[in-house]
Amino acid sequence: MTLLPSLPITIPLAGAVLCMLFRRNIRAQKGIALFTSFLILLTSLTIFASTKDGTIAVMNVGDWPAPFGITLAIDMLSSVMLLLVGLLAVGVSAYACFDLDEPRMKFGFFPLMLILLMGVNGAFVTGDLFNLYVWFEVLLTASFILLALGGERAQLAGSIKYVTLNLLSSALFLAGIGILYGMAGTLNLADLAHLVKDGARGDLLTMVAIMFMMAFGIKAGMFPLYFWLPASYPTPPAAVTALFSGLLTKVGAYSMIRMFTLVFDSDPEFLHGLILVGAGLTMLSGVLAATAQYEMRKILAVHIVSQIGYILMGLGLFTELALTGSIIYLAHVIIVKTNLFLVAGAVNRLKGTYDLKKLGGLYSERPGLSLLFIISAMSLAGVPPLSGFFAKITLIIAGIQIESWAIVVVALGVSLLTLYSMTKIWAYVFWKPAPEPLPDLDPMPKGQWFVFLLPMVGYTVISIAIGVFAGPVFDYASEAAAQLMNPQAYIDAVLGGV
Amino acid sequence: MLTLLSIIFIAALLAPFVHRLCPKYTGAILVTAPIAMVIWLLKKIPEVGHGHPVTESFQWVEKLDLELAFHLDGLSLLFALLISGIGSLIVLYTQGYFKGHPQQGRFMMYIIAFMASMLGVVLADHLLLVFIFWELTSFTSYLLIGFNHNSPDARNAALQAMLVTVLGGLFLMAGIIMLAGAADTWRLSEIIQRGDVLLAHKNYLPILILVCIGAFTKSAQFPFHFWLPNAMQAPTPASAYLHSSTMVKAGVYLLARLHPALGSSEEWTLILTTIGTITFLLGAIMALGQKVLKRLLAYTTVSALGAMIMLLGVGTSYTIKAMATFILAHAFYKAALFLIAGGITHETGGETSVDKLGGLRKAMPISFACAILAGLSMGGFPPFFGFVAKETWLHALDHYPLLVGATVIGGAAYVLVGFAVGFKPFLGKMPAELHAHEIPLSMRFGPIVLGLCCLAFSFFTGSIGHNLVQPAATAIVAKELEVHLHLWAGFNKAFVISLITLMIGIGLYCSRSFLVATAGRLGVLVKFGPDAAYQFLLNGVLKFAAWHTRVLQTGILRDYIRVTVLTTVALVGAALVRAGGFQRWENLAPVSIRIALVAILMISATFATVHSKSRLRSILSMGVVGFCMAILFTFFGAPDLAMTQLVIETLTVILLVLAFHHFPPFRHGSKKRTRATDIIIAASVGITISLLVLAALHVQTPTPVSDFYLEHSYKEAHGRNVVNVILVDFRALDTLGEITVLTIAALGAYALMKLKPKKEEGGE
Repeated sequence: MTLLPSLPITIPLAGAVLCMLFRRNIRAQKGIALFTSFLILLTSLTIFASTKDGTIAVMNVGDWPAPFGITLAIDMLSSVMLLLVGLLAVGVSAYACFDLDEPRMKFGFFPLMLILLMGVNGAFVTGDLFNLYVWFEVLLTASFILLALGGERAQLAGSIKYVTLNLLSSALFLAGIGILYGMAGTLNLADLAHLVKDGARGDLLTMVAIMFMMAFGIKAGMFPLYFWLPASYPTPPAAVTALFSGLLTKVGAYSMIRMFTLVFDSDPEFLHGLILVGAGLTMLSGVLAATAQYEMRKILAVHIVSQIGYILMGLGLFTELALTGSIIYLAHVIIVKTNLFLVAGAVNRLKGTYDLKKLGGLYSERPGLSLLFIISAMSLAGVPPLSGFFAKITLIIAGIQIESWAIVVVALGVSLLTLYSMTKIWAYVFWKPAPEPLPDLDPMPKGQWFVFLLPMVGYTVISIAIGVFAGPVFDYASEAAAQLMNPQAYIDAVLGGV
Repeated sequence: MLTLLSIIFIAALLAPFVHRLCPKYTGAILVTAPIAMVIWLLKKIPEVGHGHPVTESFQWVEKLDLELAFHLDGLSLLFALLISGIGSLIVLYTQGYFKGHPQQGRFMMYIIAFMASMLGVVLADHLLLVFIFWELTSFTSYLLIGFNHNSPDARNAALQAMLVTVLGGLFLMAGIIMLAGAADTWRLSEIIQRGDVLLAHKNYLPILILVCIGAFTKSAQFPFHFWLPNAMQAPTPASAYLHSSTMVKAGVYLLARLHPALGSSEEWTLILTTIGTITFLLGAIMALGQKVLKRLLAYTTVSALGAMIMLLGVGTSYTIKAMATFILAHAFYKAALFLIAGGITHETGGETSVDKLGGLRKAMPISFACAILAGLSMGGFPPFFGFVAKETWLHALDHYPLLVGATVIGGAAYVLVGFAVGFKPFLGKMPAELHAHEIPLSMRFGPIVLGLCCLAFSFFTGSIGHNLVQPAATAIVAKELEVHLHLWAGFNKAFVISLITLMIGIGLYCSRSFLVATAGRLGVLVKFGPDAAYQFLLNGVLKFAAWHTRVLQTGILRDYIRVTVLTTVALVGAALVRAGGFQRWENLAPVSIRIALVAILMISATFATVHSKSRLRSILSMGVVGFCMAILFTFFGAPDLAMTQLVIETLTVILLVLAFHHFPPFRHGSKKRTRATDIIIAASVGITISLLVLAALHVQTPTPVSDFYLEHSYKEAHGRNVVNVILVDFRALDTLGEITVLTIAALGAYALMKLKPKKEEGGE
């Protein structure tokens, strides 16, 4: 048995513990955090390499055979999610080392960040329903503290809403687990899938499935359950928001995809139909809410909701091509959205505000930053040949193929509004001259500025690369989608005595 | 083709750096890329002319069947030559136009990137690839129109142009995906051979409409035409290039390209001819009353695009020949006039109004000479190429008297505009406050070359017709045809009409001041035009968005919880109803008295918890519920579980009491009505979950994993308390996670207490 599948959990944990040991030494913590992030990336690359041919990496924790112990199982979807976490970890921790204020670092930013990564990774590798719940708790607690860390008034108000609504999600999740366990007598996902496919308890299962849909829907920021997101995301420092936007809602979306392909696939007409309706409303409501904002970070934050809609659209359409689209969209949006938040953070660092009406003139002053922004923004809006275009067009093609016209119309309309809000930021922050001259608050020397921009350059390059090398990306994503649509291989790998 | 295209893209990327290294020769260095393209295209003329298209294909995204496929036939060749040829001249012109401008490098980057994208549109053979380049032209045009980014007008015009063309692009996207589905291929070269299949397909009409909307927005057809005159906010090199000779023709190109596939229906003729004619006339009439140089040209461009669509809509081989010829003629005179207009504005210190200009002939003789050539060609005077095009056009419309009538009106307007831009600024007396110089060398290439083309092409009609127009027209109608262009086709009906048009045009020009004044008085009508509709729609969406956000995001946690909970209840309820309601009471075990007693105790304790006005009492009542749970566990034979429950419950109560001891008493209870609502909501949740649990009970579990735990707990894990063994061995990973939660919770509590924001941060 290889320990590889457990490393995404244990490495960040070890890093967090080390950071806590060096509580007073910020420099050491920075070093540890960066080093751990690189290790996370390295591990995920190793896992990626070993699963990209379609093998499912399985590990029974404590060597208790499945379904009795906890099983970790990494298929292609999990593996790409791990890779994204790794990429995010490196970039965001580098950015945080640079940008975050000292008090926050002193009071545990780095260990909390690493624990958050541990929770996220745990959710992506686990093959056990209750264990998934545990990881949700880990990342909920870590994210709650990260949100509140610093104790600014807006932060606290936001984090109360965040934690309350997310606890509601936990309660629903837990109730769902209880009922499902009562029905099936097992918590192992593969075993659940197996039993569900054998025993025809369709209608009951549908009801339980709804509990899970709600629980994950809250986490993912689905309509009308997303209120915690606009209330809390725009309050903490940029590094934290970037991390959250990249990971938190995506764990919800991932879990939704996992459960509704592996376990709850017996009643797609109702359940996936419902998800599709939810997806349409989510993208629409999210983009409208973003359109109404005049604060850079708020626009970006509320837009997360809209993009979750696209990811869920693929699940709702429930074809292989559609799921391929969802997976590409996930990868695309994690990279691009994180990057946009980092750029927003850089703007704030320079000018001391996120307010569109006060900002201006950055196009002439900071061509490099402008370039990074416009590429990511256009990628988000789906301008070809960037990553967002391929993600979006795949979903649209999938929708047209099964003649699901309503969602296609909504998705197209929403992409126009997305373009509108991205160009709004561009026009206000970059093109428009500043109404009152804003001096640079932090005039960095050229070399330092470049280092500061490095993570953003990296993400921008990745977004372009996803478009240019769309061929291999597509091959991978459609293999992963095929695995999801035919879960028997997953079930066999977990239960079939590895 | 891909190589040359890539070179142009790379040239675009390098432009800012080239500009930084040698600002004086940026244009001269960068122009080599498009010139290479021109040379290659010229060399391919004979081959393509003989019906041998050049093709190229590389795999890109296999799973989407997306290939980098290119196909050079007569139609692509005509457009590609115009794009790269005029593009080269524009790059040179830009050098002089933006001399000393700090952002010249960026402008070069955008305009060359645009050129490459535009070439991509006309060369690509794969529908998705066409679309990719199509969107890129919209995006680069956004950056170009908004180049004077300090001006709010420029920013708004850029946004408008982008929103309108991208909106059309979305329709187009849906259209081409359906088209590819119907034709069962993405390749244009194959699609155009499946016209009969497409015509019979159930999606034919939706496809046609979607593609048309895409093309019409891009090519500024009524009612989407309004963005084009507004886009004149762009710097002149961009206007000359994008908004007269290239980008706006993308729609015309696409429809011409798809003519063999979609063009043989009545719907096609009806839609294209109607919209084309309306646009043709509307643009021409609107041009009559304009005062600003570039707007005069912009409205006639709208009109010319309408004419092309109209001719394409009629769709006989004659009209298509005429269209191809007109595209050529229009590209030359319009680009030349734009460049001259830009030169005038540039050299007179920013003067844009026709009526404030005059007498520039002495200061700008070269510009004047070129302006005469282009202006007369635009008016359709013999022996200019514009005349040749007009003759072919009138001849082709022989059987369509209504369209001939339209042509006369439109043509007369062109005469007026040709005069107003080509002559008016140079003739008469120079206003005293005006100072002017001749344009610099780099800006002369464009007007001179294009102006000369306007004249010279007339004398090589045979060769032009055979080598450029014929292959293009052949590609559009998809059958062999011969093109013979004539400068002098004899004294026939077309010539007479042409003469009449010229006379009317000259008459109009003489009464121009009256027309301008009338237009000023009719200006109110704009309030009802599509531009106003665009504003209305945009504002409407923004207002709706703001309202939607106000209603949904109240900022009150209670509302959020209500929505979340009610959604859950509604959906679970829906699933319940869908499952045929709840009908499984019969199989439940009988309830013994002791269980009933405990249950009653729990229920009353719950009520007490909710009802109590003191925190302490609530906590204690909640503790009662927990202890009752423990009792229930023992009743059902799970002493391990009961013990754990007891310990946890005791700890919780103690901790809560300790913590809440310091809290102030409850102050404000909620209002009666809110309470009533809350009770209903809470009850509905409780009932729903209870029903769900009851329903789940009914299912017979095969063999729960807990049996395994009971069996192996002592034997293999060496622990007597199963709960403990589960926690520390069977499911130890869960425990690891929970321990972590506790640790960071402690860390967080500490940080929250210790780390207070600085005063100025927390004060807001």
